[in-house]
Amino acid sequence: MDINPILLAAAIMVASTPILLAAIGELVVERAGVLNLGVEGMMITGAVVGFIAAHESESATLGFMGAALGGAAVSVIFGLLTQFLLTNQVATGLALTLFGVGLSALVGQGYDTTTQVTLSKMPIPVLSDIPVLGTVLFRHDTIVYLSLILVAAVFVFLTKTRAGMILRAVGENHEAAHALGYKVRRVRMMAIMFGGACAGLGGAYISLVRVPQWVDNITAGTGWIALAIVVFASWKPWRLLLGAYLFGGVTALQINIQAEGLDIPVEYLSMSPYIATILVLVVLSGGRAPGSLGKIFHASS
Amino acid sequence: MSDQLLSLTGLTKAYPGVVANDDVTFAIGKGEVHALLGENGAGKSTLVKMIYGLVKPDSGSMTLNDQPYHPQEPRQARASGVAMVFQHFSLFDAMSVAENIALGMERPPAPRDLAHQIREVSQTYGLPLDPHKTVGGLSAGERQRVEIIRCLLQNPKLLIMDEPTSVLTPQEVEILFKTLRQLKSEGTSILYISHKLDEIRALCDTATILRLGKKVDTCTPAEKSARELAEMMVGTSFASPQRQDRDLGQVLLSVSGLSVAATDAFGTALRDISFDIRAGEILGIGGVAGNGQDELLTALSGETRAPTGMIKIKGQDIGQWGPNARREVGLLCAPEERLGHAAAPNLSLTENAMMTGAARRGLVSGGLLNWSKARDFAQEIIASFDVRTPGSQNAARSLSGGNLQKFVIGREVLQNPDVLVVNQPTWGVDAAAAAAIRQALLDLANQGAAVIVISQDLDELIEISDRFGALNEGRIEKFVPMAGLSIDEIGLMMGGAGTDV
Repeated sequence: MDINPILLAAAIMVASTPILLAAIGELVVERAGVLNLGVEGMMITGAVVGFIAAHESESATLGFMGAALGGAAVSVIFGLLTQFLLTNQVATGLALTLFGVGLSALVGQGYDTTTQVTLSKMPIPVLSDIPVLGTVLFRHDTIVYLSLILVAAVFVFLTKTRAGMILRAVGENHEAAHALGYKVRRVRMMAIMFGGACAGLGGAYISLVRVPQWVDNITAGTGWIALAIVVFASWKPWRLLLGAYLFGGVTALQINIQAEGLDIPVEYLSMSPYIATILVLVVLSGGRAPGSLGKIFHASS
Repeated sequence: MSDQLLSLTGLTKAYPGVVANDDVTFAIGKGEVHALLGENGAGKSTLVKMIYGLVKPDSGSMTLNDQPYHPQEPRQARASGVAMVFQHFSLFDAMSVAENIALGMERPPAPRDLAHQIREVSQTYGLPLDPHKTVGGLSAGERQRVEIIRCLLQNPKLLIMDEPTSVLTPQEVEILFKTLRQLKSEGTSILYISHKLDEIRALCDTATILRLGKKVDTCTPAEKSARELAEMMVGTSFASPQRQDRDLGQVLLSVSGLSVAATDAFGTALRDISFDIRAGEILGIGGVAGNGQDELLTALSGETRAPTGMIKIKGQDIGQWGPNARREVGLLCAPEERLGHAAAPNLSLTENAMMTGAARRGLVSGGLLNWSKARDFAQEIIASFDVRTPGSQNAARSLSGGNLQKFVIGREVLQNPDVLVVNQPTWGVDAAAAAAIRQALLDLANQGAAVIVISQDLDELIEISDRFGALNEGRIEKFVPMAGLSIDEIGLMMGGAGTDV
């Protein structure tokens, strides 16, 4: 068996990045007390908008910016419906996914080509020359670094800043936050848009880096995995990082094993990422959901 | 400059179908402790919410320090020096004490300084509190302390307190009153809402009485008796509970050496509790919140199981039985938390009646729920306990605290229990409703049931119980006859140990 562990480890980081981006966005949304099941729809919108923007402008950077804006734009639809028209969050989120998948297929017509736009690697000077670790950790593109920085930033935001504390307070008990005079809807709208932008970035990473081309339904359920990882990670950023990398890691590994033609039924290999992720995160679990998660907030008084 | 701090003129606020406040006018002087009195639903909370900027009045005006005062949001109110201790809905369970306090402040200091300040204020005012504890694990009394300290840290000009003492021991109330009097002497005004009329008479300079949203009277509470005040609130006279001598019958419930480990990290373990209770007897159990009250109730109700031989009803060992089996042999319970424990908030009163009454009232036939019987049962509770609600189809959460409490107690009493265990039966309930609930418990004992009342309201325990014991860190050292027990002796029984953190 000749799977190169160093290259595999580097591939794991690439494979995990879309999930990680979408999940860290959704984590912030859920910590604010909103359950947005439309991650898949926001990702695929980001994937198609990012692909078109990059293809037309021939700039990967503009592609990712477009993807973030696209993801945030569809999340605003969800935000307006759930926060102002007080629709059910579960139903609205599901509708957003269906809408995103359909919209992206429509918008993406005529773009089913590969693109010449590539996101160049950005080896970090000095660090990338470290044997083994250098290849695994420090020879990636900017978005991989960005995703890791985002996890750290979200952790710091939630635990160390006042704004983060207010966001957690809104998610924990929106009646109390309202009684103390915090703007529940405003906080939630901002969280929802952050979640949309992150999901958009994650989607564009698939269509611009991992595949890279546009085909219908290209995200293929990644958004759902991201949603599940948020829950299994008990809404904690570092566990989320572990969960996303574990899932991406076992996925990359099992594809390598399949390519090696080992005598294990493909079905077992295909289910292995799900089982491994669930097992590890269940063993680690012990957190509780934000108190107001998914509940409709009606500022009655 | 006048000596008025806040004056309200013609404040009116209507909600669909109900006028919460109708042309309310009064003023609060500087350094005055002003009581706001009224039954549940008289419009007290809407009024203070308007002062705190949570609700905008439909008409009328306010002035603070002779300046027009129209707070658009609580932040503005806090900036103007108005702080509020809430009764409900303002703590975040998953967050620490320090975080909860920081959320209520405009410009909180750095976490370490804040923790220091919290310790300092809590020492000064005798409200011990650990800033790093998670609020979810605190008792009701400790939660109240968080609320009070959150306000005190802001040096307010006007402090609004909604039922601040309902969960404190007499000693703690004394300390709080000392604090409030100290604040008053420093020139802080206090708007004080409480159902405890004796407290209001001891503490407040002036009282404004609201009935059905209208101001009906203003008086000096020290010049009125508690009874007169209560009658001004209700608008009619009502009877205070009558106790009569009862002959005690056989032992109905026997608890020996009851020890149960705490069910969660924040709970209190019960240690070696023993007592017998006879037919016709009312046993009062006092103690500071968080000393095992909830655990004792759940151990008796069957929500937590006890080892064999520790709990016997009429000689039968029921320690390992679940709540439904215990109900069938006549042991019924009404827990403290009305919404979420005693009643399911979003279910109708009929459904809530079904939930505990199913077996003893025969509301199930052939495995199917008999809803028309459940509806009759709910209506019977509503009628005989004067529960004010449009009907049994209304959700439990739509009732005011006092009305829901009457429903919860009524539901158990009407099932003719042999043994009834209630925890905080009149918490946050107005005087008339509290009197009705106490009377119902006395009547039940007169009919030969054994009643265990766990309460932090000592007046209540003194009024209705025959024997008294105090829970202290999960133990009850002794039970003594209530007659002739002084409030100081009770305070000593409740012990100093429970007030240290």
